[in-house]
Amino acid sequence: MAKLEHEITWKELNVGCVIDEPGNAAVYRTGDWRSQRPVYNKDRCIRCGTCYVFCPDMAIKILADGYIEHDLYYCKGCGICVEECPTDAITMVDEEE
Amino acid sequence: MATRVGMEVSIAAAEAIKQANVDVVAAYPITPQTHIVEHLAEVVNNGELDAEFIPVESEHSAMSVCTGSSAAGARSFTCTSSQGLALMSEIVYITASLRLPILMLLANRSLSGPLSIWNDHSDVMSVRDCGWIQVFVENGQEVYDHVFIGYRVAEDRNVLLPYMVNLDGFILTHVIEPVEFLDQEIVDRYLSPYHPLYTLHPDHPVTMGAFAMPALYTETKKAQAEALTEAMPYILKGWQEFGDLTGRYYHPVETYKTEDAKVVLVTQGSLSETASIAIDSLRGAGEPVGLVKIRLWRPFPFEEFSEAVAGADLLVVMDRAISYGGPGGPLAGEIRSALYAQEKHPRVVNFIAGIAGRDVAPEDFVQMIHQAKERPGEWYELYGVRE
Repeated sequence: MAKLEHEITWKELNVGCVIDEPGNAAVYRTGDWRSQRPVYNKDRCIRCGTCYVFCPDMAIKILADGYIEHDLYYCKGCGICVEECPTDAITMVDEEE
Repeated sequence: MATRVGMEVSIAAAEAIKQANVDVVAAYPITPQTHIVEHLAEVVNNGELDAEFIPVESEHSAMSVCTGSSAAGARSFTCTSSQGLALMSEIVYITASLRLPILMLLANRSLSGPLSIWNDHSDVMSVRDCGWIQVFVENGQEVYDHVFIGYRVAEDRNVLLPYMVNLDGFILTHVIEPVEFLDQEIVDRYLSPYHPLYTLHPDHPVTMGAFAMPALYTETKKAQAEALTEAMPYILKGWQEFGDLTGRYYHPVETYKTEDAKVVLVTQGSLSETASIAIDSLRGAGEPVGLVKIRLWRPFPFEEFSEAVAGADLLVVMDRAISYGGPGGPLAGEIRSALYAQEKHPRVVNFIAGIAGRDVAPEDFVQMIHQAKERPGEWYELYGVRE
């Protein structure tokens, strides 16, 4: 698996910075960009899957029982799932809290 | 046996591209580069060269096509001048960062405005820091030779950088000169087919030109800067081996009568031949003058340059471009940097001359040398400007 970008030295880069390991963007922790994180209230969730469809980063997993889980490694905290959820089952809280 | 023929330099350049067995030509005609592209179109159309000739709609597209074709493993060629280079400059930087061994002939012409089609070096100096290997040539033979040398060096696995050959517009492109052609067998011995390190192929998918975040960008630039600096020995090797095959040896810094010279003229490109006439006449009058020609502009040959001017008290540097609001011309600025670390270094006087095709005759070089000797200090001026 590719190294994280802040660990790579200039000598380790391929000529022309060619990426010869397809899909290694999966290593990149876009979750670091987040200033707010989603908090999920399972009691209000009706398992409609709308949040899963709208999440632009595929950072929402649908579990075997139909409920969901945020993948905070990738979640950028955009809040689209909060906006789209028909039952207000997701809210955003500041990362500092 | 090599044959020597009289031929317009642009045609000879196109014939060299044919002999280099280029796979893709993408170019947009612009004065004074036009004859090169026109002749290549004929060569491809006549079936003399098995290449894709892509008549693009702009220079930005020309360099973009070459980037794609080179990435796919094709030996790729383009050429342009002045505004064409300015338009393609966005992609010029990218090809270097992608380490694609494209060859470009740049028929040097002044940048607008005012609009001018004539020759100076303001176009190449606008992309000085683009990361390409940049070479200046002096006559038609050197243009022809540097096509083969360019691909040989650029495609070397230890180099993998694009190669730009600067030839003065009109002064070279439109002049008929004697050019000694190489037998194809010699060309093929010197220049093997291109085998790219990475290619775009569905069986081995790669990403070229990816995004780099601040955490990585500095490392990418360090790698690129090192690649150009570390290319030097392989450039020298390519030039040496060309000399061994043809008898024509090229050097990053070339000298003419510099032994014991106290005053040294520094030039680039075709006016170097004119300058050598001035040196002859001053030598005839007993003045200890010499000439240093900077052939390799990037990577800059700091060591070779310092050695070449080691005995001089005064350098008279002729630039053919202006760095507005800066220290004069870009060549003189570079030379001062090259000398700064030396304990004792020669005085540097800078003339900006031959802009937009204004003639520079041997007497003008004599004048520059005399003015520089008479007026103390380090200064620059536009030679011959009407006050």
